[in-house]
Amino acid sequence: MSKAINIINSTTVPLDRENVDTDQIIPARFLKATSRDGFGKNLFRDWRYHDDDESQPKEDFVLNDKRYSGKILVAAKNFGCGSSREHAAWAIKDYGFDVVVSSFFADIFKNNALNNFLLPVVVTEPFLEKIFQAVKKDPQTVLEVNLEKQQIMIRETGEAEGFEINHYKKTCLLNGYDDIDYLISMKDEIEKFESTHI
Amino acid sequence: MSKSLFEKIWDTHVVKQIEDGPAVLYIDKHFIHEVTSPQAFRGLENRGMKVFRPEKIVATADHNVPTMNQHLPIKEELSRLQVEALIKNCAQQGIELYGLGHQYQGIVHVIGPELGFTQPGMTIVCGDSHTSTHGAFGSIAFGIGTSEVEMVMATQCLMQSKPKLMRINIEGELNRGVVSKDIILYIIARISASGATGYAVEYAGSAIRALSMEARMTICNMSIEMGARCGMIAPDETTFNYMKGRVYAPKDEAWERSLAYWKTLFSDEDAVFDKEINIQAADIEPMITYGTNPGMGVGVNGTLPAENELEEKEKPSYLKSLSYMGLQPGAKIKGQKVDYVFIGSCTNSRIEDLRMVASFVNGKQKADDVEVWIVPGSRQVEKQAREEGIDKIFEAAGFILRQPGCSACLGMNEDKIPAGKYCISTSNRNFEGRQGPNARTFLASPLTAALAAITGEVGDIREHLS
Repeated sequence: MSKAINIINSTTVPLDRENVDTDQIIPARFLKATSRDGFGKNLFRDWRYHDDDESQPKEDFVLNDKRYSGKILVAAKNFGCGSSREHAAWAIKDYGFDVVVSSFFADIFKNNALNNFLLPVVVTEPFLEKIFQAVKKDPQTVLEVNLEKQQIMIRETGEAEGFEINHYKKTCLLNGYDDIDYLISMKDEIEKFESTHI
Repeated sequence: MSKSLFEKIWDTHVVKQIEDGPAVLYIDKHFIHEVTSPQAFRGLENRGMKVFRPEKIVATADHNVPTMNQHLPIKEELSRLQVEALIKNCAQQGIELYGLGHQYQGIVHVIGPELGFTQPGMTIVCGDSHTSTHGAFGSIAFGIGTSEVEMVMATQCLMQSKPKLMRINIEGELNRGVVSKDIILYIIARISASGATGYAVEYAGSAIRALSMEARMTICNMSIEMGARCGMIAPDETTFNYMKGRVYAPKDEAWERSLAYWKTLFSDEDAVFDKEINIQAADIEPMITYGTNPGMGVGVNGTLPAENELEEKEKPSYLKSLSYMGLQPGAKIKGQKVDYVFIGSCTNSRIEDLRMVASFVNGKQKADDVEVWIVPGSRQVEKQAREEGIDKIFEAAGFILRQPGCSACLGMNEDKIPAGKYCISTSNRNFEGRQGPNARTFLASPLTAALAAITGEVGDIREHLS
């Protein structure tokens, strides 16, 4: 299956909370696996369930709210702060999201997301507010995220905004390329660099 | 051309700059531990590759390990499997492992500097966000994800975009009872948990110059808590004196050569920063956090923000945070009862931290209803504490000196704070559930934590120093 991403049309899950840290996204006690799979079921574990019990969902948490679903997670500013655990990006992707929209991402999370073909889309505060309002009014609101055009649009109203991504990373995501393949292809240059590096 | 400390190091590590993209950055030292490495080893194995430069990797087991009875097998199965996987992976790939039972075992960010692996001018990475600690030596040190761990294992390089530059100048003398943990908590409270996102931060000024290496590490350690890519301090005589004679520090001629290079590592006078912040050391009080991110901090005599002091948009997150903490807007933090005291973590578990606590609690007794956990950062710290009789002072006060590991900083082992309980902690994060599901954390300095251990509540250490 190709990992490449380009245009995503989807309803959203709105998480209107600032400073969502990676300990919330995936609590530390779930970091004990030695594979990359299956983290989705523990995504936002402590916000999702009472007493860590899957038969007792917290009704007021958005992942448990049946009105909301889709491939796009929308969150308030400073999403993904804290620990460098890539498990956070794995959990979000494994749960079924392809895009996270926020006005601001923590650096390490952003890199981790990109390395897992989970697209972090940075929008302005006013546009983020527009998305939250639109989704609150109608949970069926569809967003269109177009990586090629670097644009995010609220489909119903046509309101849109451009987003930044560097050319290199965009090419990787559109084609399903990993950074590691690029680095491995540079081995000769790296060895040459080492011979002169103190 | 004049350059900043960051640029001097960055520029000599760029293997290639990709147009409209990141740089391919060469990494000098790679620290690994049991939690964020297994998937990277597996990825490499799936590609049929070996680790490219195993001699540049240093491994330890810290996140999962018990802090009592380390000579016994790890009881918790998944933790044991992770630690065993690290042992197997390191053996297969020829990586030096300072694991459980090794005389140098400890928290990765404590043993790196302690053993002299961490050196000025290096690029240093680890699958752990507190890698910023090593910047205290004038290195570019930052946390990475597991895919990146795999990249460094495969090629000794990473793809990195150059961050913006910020300098924080702290001038003057600190008040009595105020230590480096208070400086960094003050900075984060002032600029917020996201205030340095996208920046490499250099700490400078007379107050920083006056700090010991261990105190500087505490500051750089928490750079990530304001979002910074890394934190750094230019090396000076304090740095060189600390490093001389360390097990893996350069020796003899190599030392002289290194020293000559290290002395060039400072920001030139007219180096340009994208942002500069000036702070007077005298304005800093002993600090404590009250909320669920490290930016939610006040002076110990302060009050929590009242609702009407907040913008409408901030209120829901703020109220949720206070409700988690069981605190009221506008309340005073002084006098707040605590149930647990945790002294440890890569932020504050070094010998100077333990000495600081010991000097205050010497001859005193812990409060009856408080549990105190003291977890040294490494086997060497533990050994030294015992040699200095610090363990006896703790015992007399009713504390126990445990064995090294990350412990209750993130509660991956059995050291968890029970639900609803308040813990004053010298660690770095007060996130919801960080120290255990529904545990409530107050971040503070070792001195402020020591005071709470004796009185059972949050207080002002300045009122108790003779």
